[in-house]
Amino acid sequence: MTALLEIDALGVSFDQYDRGLRRRTVVALSGMDLTAHRGELVALVGASGAGKTLLAHAVLGMLPPNATETGEIRFDGRPLDVPARRALAGREVALLPQSVTFLDPVVPVGRQVRRSAELAGLPDPRGAATAALATRGLGPEVARMHPHQLSGGMVRRVLAAMAMMADPSLVLADEPTPGLPEEAVRAVLADLRRTADEGRAVVLITHELSGALEVADRLVICRGGRTVDEARPADFRGGGPSHPYTRALWRALPANGFGLPEDA
Amino acid sequence: MLTALAKRLGRLALLLAAVAVASFALMVNSPVDPVAAYVGGDVAALGPQQRALIVERWGLDDPAPQRFLTWLGNLVRGDFGHSLTFNRPVLEVIGDKFLTSLALMALAWLLSGLLGFALGVVAGVRQGRAADRVITWWAYTLASAPTFWVGLLLLYVFAVSLNWAPVCCAVPIGVPAAEVGPLDRLHHLALPAITLSVVGVAPVVLHTRQAVVATMASDHVAFARAQGDRGLGLVLHRVVRNAAAPALLLQFGSLGELFGGSVLAEQVFSYPGLGAATTTAALGQDVPLLLGIALFTTVLVYAGNAIGDRVHAVVDPRADHRRWR
Repeated sequence: MTALLEIDALGVSFDQYDRGLRRRTVVALSGMDLTAHRGELVALVGASGAGKTLLAHAVLGMLPPNATETGEIRFDGRPLDVPARRALAGREVALLPQSVTFLDPVVPVGRQVRRSAELAGLPDPRGAATAALATRGLGPEVARMHPHQLSGGMVRRVLAAMAMMADPSLVLADEPTPGLPEEAVRAVLADLRRTADEGRAVVLITHELSGALEVADRLVICRGGRTVDEARPADFRGGGPSHPYTRALWRALPANGFGLPEDA
Repeated sequence: MLTALAKRLGRLALLLAAVAVASFALMVNSPVDPVAAYVGGDVAALGPQQRALIVERWGLDDPAPQRFLTWLGNLVRGDFGHSLTFNRPVLEVIGDKFLTSLALMALAWLLSGLLGFALGVVAGVRQGRAADRVITWWAYTLASAPTFWVGLLLLYVFAVSLNWAPVCCAVPIGVPAAEVGPLDRLHHLALPAITLSVVGVAPVVLHTRQAVVATMASDHVAFARAQGDRGLGLVLHRVVRNAAAPALLLQFGSLGELFGGSVLAEQVFSYPGLGAATTTAALGQDVPLLLGIALFTTVLVYAGNAIGDRVHAVVDPRADHRRWR
């Protein structure tokens, strides 16, 4: 069975002008590899600035015009150029954010969900929006509220309603857990696990290794714009993973004694 | 709600009192001699006895605080006094002149608001591209150009050289008032209104552009794009309202500058509105009229800011604390 998402040696660089007209090229990604099958939850783990979000933006066709891309992104075995990725974005491929900043602060929630339904091409956007909120336990009074009036849990349900509107087969969950209390983290991760178990491919983009270890089928470790290791949660038991960087990340967890990298 | 309204009105009363005292202090210390200004060119023929009569009749020799209190006492009874230069009650003059200015100021205000917002959105969305550079450059140029200079320039190009617009006034010269049509008025209004709108357009463009740039870089726009929203739909649904809040606040808060600009623009175009009346009153030592205009504009500017607050809170509900302060 072909993987739903295959990212092969993805590289992204930006042309920038600094000081007048001198051009320089900033390499952001150089060799990211990632595959995700239907029904699978793959965690992309790396420190901030490792290029995790950029990878999601590349898959969604959201890179800025000054970006140059190498490598290949395949969806269901088919190589995707930028227009094809944009056509899939919001339909087959969804970004699932968790923070209130991803909602428009000045527009009532219901209108934003309705816009998602319009973008998903649903025949009755208004009805679809109401239904999507209702299935997540949010009534019409929530639809009239503005994002700043919602609790954190309500925000996540609204964002999920918007992201899942078109019933995507690939979900990119970007940094879903930072700053959340323990039980909220568990709820978010359990939701993602369920989303994968429903037959979707889920890519969990995170810098929190411990959460990823709990729910992921596979972990892809990246550092400085390239993937350095791929491991299964089972590899982290006992003596820990074999790759030095993965090992360093793992040893830095509180449960493992905040160990500093061996080569530091 | 009622107490909040009372609080607002109380503040307005305090503001009016401060403005009245300050304007009066400036007027009594002005070097312009009111009698000479009133009599005009014949002042040399004025004998000392006649001069003393006028001074006494106008109460110019009374101490300044007493004059102020007399004026205040009349004001409380609803009497704004009599304009010396126009020889009519002050309220009548202000009402008359304001109606003439209203068309000018409203047109300029709408023009600068709509044009400024549209250009700001275009510049912000096309940040760094040619359109952005042209619009930003234009806005900076306007921001640094004085109103009267822009007015003279437009007057020279469109009225003197091209002969498209009249050189002065609100209506054609030598035409009976009954025969003046709305088109004639608009024809006379165009150049002053454009000049006046130039004062307000640059800040709106630059603030709107900044708000649009910030919105385009925000998480919620990234999410909308991830959902397949782009182009005009993205701008209309996710950007315009975010950028409208600061632009509206700015536009309602700029009524003071609009009035200040109208003083200059009306002077350049000899447009007989409230701005020109202000100049006349100041040069003629017409204390009642000038104080009346000062109070009137204070109310206008205060109301503009209050409306701006409310409109801003409607457009951006985060700013609404359900309080009138």
